[in-house]
Amino acid sequence: MRAWYLLLLAPFLALLYPPLYNRSDPTLFGMPFFYWYQLSWVVITAALLSIVYLLTKRRSL
Amino acid sequence: MSIPAIITVGIVAFVTILGFVASRWGAANLASFDEWALGGRRFGTVVSWFLLGGDLYTAYTFLAVPALVYGTGAFGFFAVPYATIAYPLVFLFLTRFWTLARERGYLTIADFARDIFGNRTLELCVALTGVFAALPYIALQLLGMRSVFERLGPPFTQVGSTATLIVAFALLAAYTYSSGLRAPALIAFVKDTLIYVTVIAAIIVIPAALGGWGAIFAHAAPIYAARPVPGHILLPPSLSFGYASFALGSALSLFLYPHSITSLLAARNVDVVKRNAVLLPLYSLLLGFLALLGVCAVAAGIHAKPNDVVPILFSRYFPAWFAGIADAAIVVGALVPAAIMAIGAANLFASNILRQFSTTRPDGELRSAKMITVVFCAAALIPALLIHAQYTINFQLVGGAIMVAIVPMFIAGLFKLRIDPRALVLGWAVGLACTLAMVMTNGFTALFTIHIAAMTLPGAVSLYALMANIVVVGVTHLVTRKEIPA
Repeated sequence: MRAWYLLLLAPFLALLYPPLYNRSDPTLFGMPFFYWYQLSWVVITAALLSIVYLLTKRRSL
Repeated sequence: MSIPAIITVGIVAFVTILGFVASRWGAANLASFDEWALGGRRFGTVVSWFLLGGDLYTAYTFLAVPALVYGTGAFGFFAVPYATIAYPLVFLFLTRFWTLARERGYLTIADFARDIFGNRTLELCVALTGVFAALPYIALQLLGMRSVFERLGPPFTQVGSTATLIVAFALLAAYTYSSGLRAPALIAFVKDTLIYVTVIAAIIVIPAALGGWGAIFAHAAPIYAARPVPGHILLPPSLSFGYASFALGSALSLFLYPHSITSLLAARNVDVVKRNAVLLPLYSLLLGFLALLGVCAVAAGIHAKPNDVVPILFSRYFPAWFAGIADAAIVVGALVPAAIMAIGAANLFASNILRQFSTTRPDGELRSAKMITVVFCAAALIPALLIHAQYTINFQLVGGAIMVAIVPMFIAGLFKLRIDPRALVLGWAVGLACTLAMVMTNGFTALFTIHIAAMTLPGAVSLYALMANIVVVGVTHLVTRKEIPA
């Protein structure tokens, strides 16, 4: 299903509008939100990519 | 020589020997252009992961990004969203490009331009773009190595850092010449191992020594605020657009660089490319933590040239022998991508520029590509020595701003949009002229402020130039279409 590719839009929406996450609170291990939010999105993006990879691969077999 | 200097020199020497040995790897016929330039196009997921990781995460990651965070604070963190959104782009667009490249036998992105649009001028424009974008990026690697060498003490401080740099690049050029893409692929294993060990150690040791992240940010905030040009823990709202445009502009250019295309095309099949898009963000996580070392340096009260803060942190918080390993990681981390950049640019030059002016046969093409890698390494010394930028990251940003000039061609070609190649050439020329004009009027920085009425909008040069490019392509396309009667 090509619709799964829409998942890959999420990182763009989540990261390219900084006012969304330009805050100090809540902190994580003392790190301001601004920093840990963006670091989390590295991991989330990798997870989304693996989901899309596995789903689009199975359908095409 | 000091202990760190001995260890650094020892590791760099080992890596150089490995480069020569790589020519025997896989019993390949290195007289063949495909073998020399693309490692025979048969790298699997693991080798490709090391190669692409070794290729994309450079002195930019280790020195230039932490330097910008050290100098400005939150703004420098744009490298993290950049290195995140780049991978969905790979997954969506580059897999398509890879498939086309395999079917049609492209060696470079300019081959693609010629094949799809059947226009030699466009091919030449695309090739020149890659060649010129690679130069400042190689220069950044050179400057990164100089930062390390300058701090190693005698004998390096005696011969002068410029001479040390020339020796390192002579070695690099020699083994790239003999082994082609196999040299950086094999060395990339060593490089990435060194880097993971160093960064993981740095993330554990340095924040702990400084009292944890809470204390680091609490200490850094007043120091940033008290500077003549203040830095900020959070992004000043006026820089929101600049931040996002730097992230997007950099992401658009990342995989069009000749060195990315070269490493990408060396993959065995399209699944290797997809799996790498999934696995490569692991390096981006490293990049994020390295960026935070810039904040650590501020909190630690370090006053130095921005490019020097990471080596200073290493020597302050690591035992001497490990600081040597960490410094070697930076040097090798600059050598590997520089080698691939030189090969990628040489591929473009030999197959898309020389071919048009002479009738060299394939074996002659290989010889000229090899010679050109050497010339390129030397040519990159020129911007490294002549241009003084406040932050070395500007070399990468300017390279990226040059590279985005071919984005409209790339997208149009990939989706078979029937756009007049002359429109693409005109858009390319206007986009590039805008880039150069903005960069020059700004004293070699990639942030340009646009004034619309009373509003000022600082944003990435690359994105502004791309908008101009797209408008020109669109208008020219519509005008030329009217000329031809249906």
